[in-house]
Amino acid sequence: MIAEIGHYALVLAFALALAQSVLPMIGAQRGIRPWMAFARPAAFAQLAFVGLAFLMLVACFVRSDFSVAIVYEHSHSLQPLIYKIAATWGNHEGSLLLWVLILAIFGALVALFGENLPPRLKARALSVQGMIGFAFLAFMLFTSSPFERLNPAPLEGQELNPLLQDPGLAMHPPMLYLGYVGFSMTFSFAVAALIEGRVDAAWARWVRPWTLLAWTTLTAGIFLGAHWAYYELGWGGWWSWDPVENASFMPWLVGTALLHCETVVEKRDALKVWTILLSIVAFGFSLIGTFLVRSGIITSVHAFAQDPARGLFILAIFAVALGGSFTLFAWRAPQLQPGGLFAPISREGALVLNNLLLGVGAGTVLIGTLYPLALSVITGGTVSVGAPWYASTFVPLMMPMVLLMAIGPLLGWKRGDLPGALQRLAVAGLLALVAAGLVYRQETGGSVLAPLGIALGVWLFLGTLMEWIERVKLFRAAPRENWNRARHLPRAAYGMTLAHLGLAVAIVGMTASSAWKVESVQVMKPGDSITIGDFAYRFDGVAPAQGPNYIAERATFTVTRDGKPYTLLYPERRQYEVQEQPTTEAAIQSSIRGDIYAVIGDHAGPQSWTVRIYHQPLVPWIWVGGLLMALGGLTSLSDRRYRIGVPNRLPVVQATGA
Amino acid sequence: MKQRMKRKTLRLYLVIATLCLLGLAVGLTLYAFQSRIVFFFSPTEVAAHKPDVGQVVRLGGLVEAGSVQKAGDGATTNFRVTDLKNTVTVSYRGVLPDLFREGQGVVVEGSYGADGNFAASEVLAKHDEKYMPPEVAKALKESGRWQEGENGQPVSTTGNTSGTSGATGAANP
Repeated sequence: MIAEIGHYALVLAFALALAQSVLPMIGAQRGIRPWMAFARPAAFAQLAFVGLAFLMLVACFVRSDFSVAIVYEHSHSLQPLIYKIAATWGNHEGSLLLWVLILAIFGALVALFGENLPPRLKARALSVQGMIGFAFLAFMLFTSSPFERLNPAPLEGQELNPLLQDPGLAMHPPMLYLGYVGFSMTFSFAVAALIEGRVDAAWARWVRPWTLLAWTTLTAGIFLGAHWAYYELGWGGWWSWDPVENASFMPWLVGTALLHCETVVEKRDALKVWTILLSIVAFGFSLIGTFLVRSGIITSVHAFAQDPARGLFILAIFAVALGGSFTLFAWRAPQLQPGGLFAPISREGALVLNNLLLGVGAGTVLIGTLYPLALSVITGGTVSVGAPWYASTFVPLMMPMVLLMAIGPLLGWKRGDLPGALQRLAVAGLLALVAAGLVYRQETGGSVLAPLGIALGVWLFLGTLMEWIERVKLFRAAPRENWNRARHLPRAAYGMTLAHLGLAVAIVGMTASSAWKVESVQVMKPGDSITIGDFAYRFDGVAPAQGPNYIAERATFTVTRDGKPYTLLYPERRQYEVQEQPTTEAAIQSSIRGDIYAVIGDHAGPQSWTVRIYHQPLVPWIWVGGLLMALGGLTSLSDRRYRIGVPNRLPVVQATGA
Repeated sequence: MKQRMKRKTLRLYLVIATLCLLGLAVGLTLYAFQSRIVFFFSPTEVAAHKPDVGQVVRLGGLVEAGSVQKAGDGATTNFRVTDLKNTVTVSYRGVLPDLFREGQGVVVEGSYGADGNFAASEVLAKHDEKYMPPEVAKALKESGRWQEGENGQPVSTTGNTSGTSGATGAANP
């Protein structure tokens, strides 16, 4: 029964989505108030039905109802409860339901908090949101229903892939989806604004919280994913330029650009057409990501089962959404009022450059992701595009970006004082050069990238601090005034400062861990010791261990630093009972200097094991940096101007021909 | 007094900046395509045309049954990669992936050293037992041995993982 209730709720949501996409749009066009007002209850009901379906699916997983196909394929009665729940979205169908659920949540949030939106804009945005929901519900119902039954019902399930049996699965996909799907909201607002023929500061202020929310969660999702890969896969890396990682990174790059140019629309009423275009492209990249993962054209740890029909369906959604919105864009964008002017050297100018660099960066990532696919279709050749490729394309493009990030905030709107800004950054520049010099001297035969990366991190960190110091007039006014100024700075300013500082910290961590990772592979017998740097590792032996649904070999290492006890490490090699797939559990001990990371491999002989030990300098800085960036997003989101005192729009004049 | 910025001048600056950046990106990309991508070879292709010493390539095929040996130092593994027509001997120092087995598909990345041996820097892990790397499936098809599935090799049906067996994971949309 439970599965049927869920399926029925989805069908109802599907029908409702159709109504939500048609009625408010016509209502807004013709000025029929009740039809426009229909959007609000429809969005709430949409959430209720999709939410019900999702709960029903979770219930199937929790009760281990193996007559439901995806429960049978991805769960097992011995799985711990948290992984039974997380397994709900640990598969194609269930994660699609999560996607649609989050879409419905966003729709309902706009309906709830959109009291101050002009009714037409709101009706149109919710209508576009309804169309997206309709498309994805159709996709789900016609190609990948989560509630498919099996007859006869198997007695036991096949278990979730052991790699996914990790708290990471509970956090990473929902966060990432909040980000992906969040950009659908900006997309809907952009399309609505195009239909209305009007973009102004007020519009930017309404859209910005949604972009911020999407950006913040996407940032958190990406960093969570990197962290998960780092500790779970046991190869000691946190980013491998896998097509699916890129699929989440490209919307992030475009979303970051969007976030920045929305401030220009809001503050200076300029770059409006560009902002609309970015809103469309950001969601387009989210759809590309969905296509790459669900169509089976790439194979990776993230990819779902291959099914050409699904790929075609998503491609069709992609074509209609982007084709439609670009046509609308080409038709309506010229009618948007041209915005304010600014000198090339100004805050606006810096943000334009930021946008260009991020856009071009996203473009290179796209080329690198699609090139192997295109080549294999056209010539049948097989190549792989990996980290070295991105290191010589994407990374050099981002370096001027980071350089600019410290300067931009110090430039004034409209016309900036570049010599003045550079003068204020002299200390930061000097210290960055010193850092580069020190790193270069310390390094023996390393690449030039490491000193450059560290210098950029130092530059950005100090430059960002400098901007804050300027704002609160630290050292130039009485402490009391410093305090008052610091207290009255808008939260959005603190958000920017935190996010930029976070990126600086992350850059330092990424550079250090890429440049100075030490890997040591040894065959060890119990009692053997090895020394890496200051640390000595004694292998004490391996003991069997028992988990809820796996058995493991657990090794013990006694780690000493300069002869003094430091820690104990317990890496494991697990054998899950149902899926006969061994997995390695790395043992990691973090400190501010970096991680020590131990993995135990297979038997190399009687009573000896292959052991891999990494020193990963400054890796925790990456996670701290990511956390700061996400906190920056949240801080900015809490800015009072998004909550109260929403500006009144100029009287709405309907564009003719709408 | 500076003149007030004209809309046209502003547009000109924008166009120039965009073109410069695009040019830079295209240049970097073309350069990277020449030197920074890794080509895939099957053992038969290697036999026909051996990659240069030091050129990083990917090699795919099956791990030949009975070929896996530990070298004297214990941490180096030697094995042969085969497409059932030609073989290449590979040595790898490190921890092998969890699913490295004789008779199963494998992709290794590495290069030929001056001594003529193929040294792998990375043995790529598969995430699912039933899954065959597409490159390997292709190499086997091209060597003409695809459908035979001889010696009980799990070769014949695995190119197109369908239904449940290919559903390896779910961490992204």
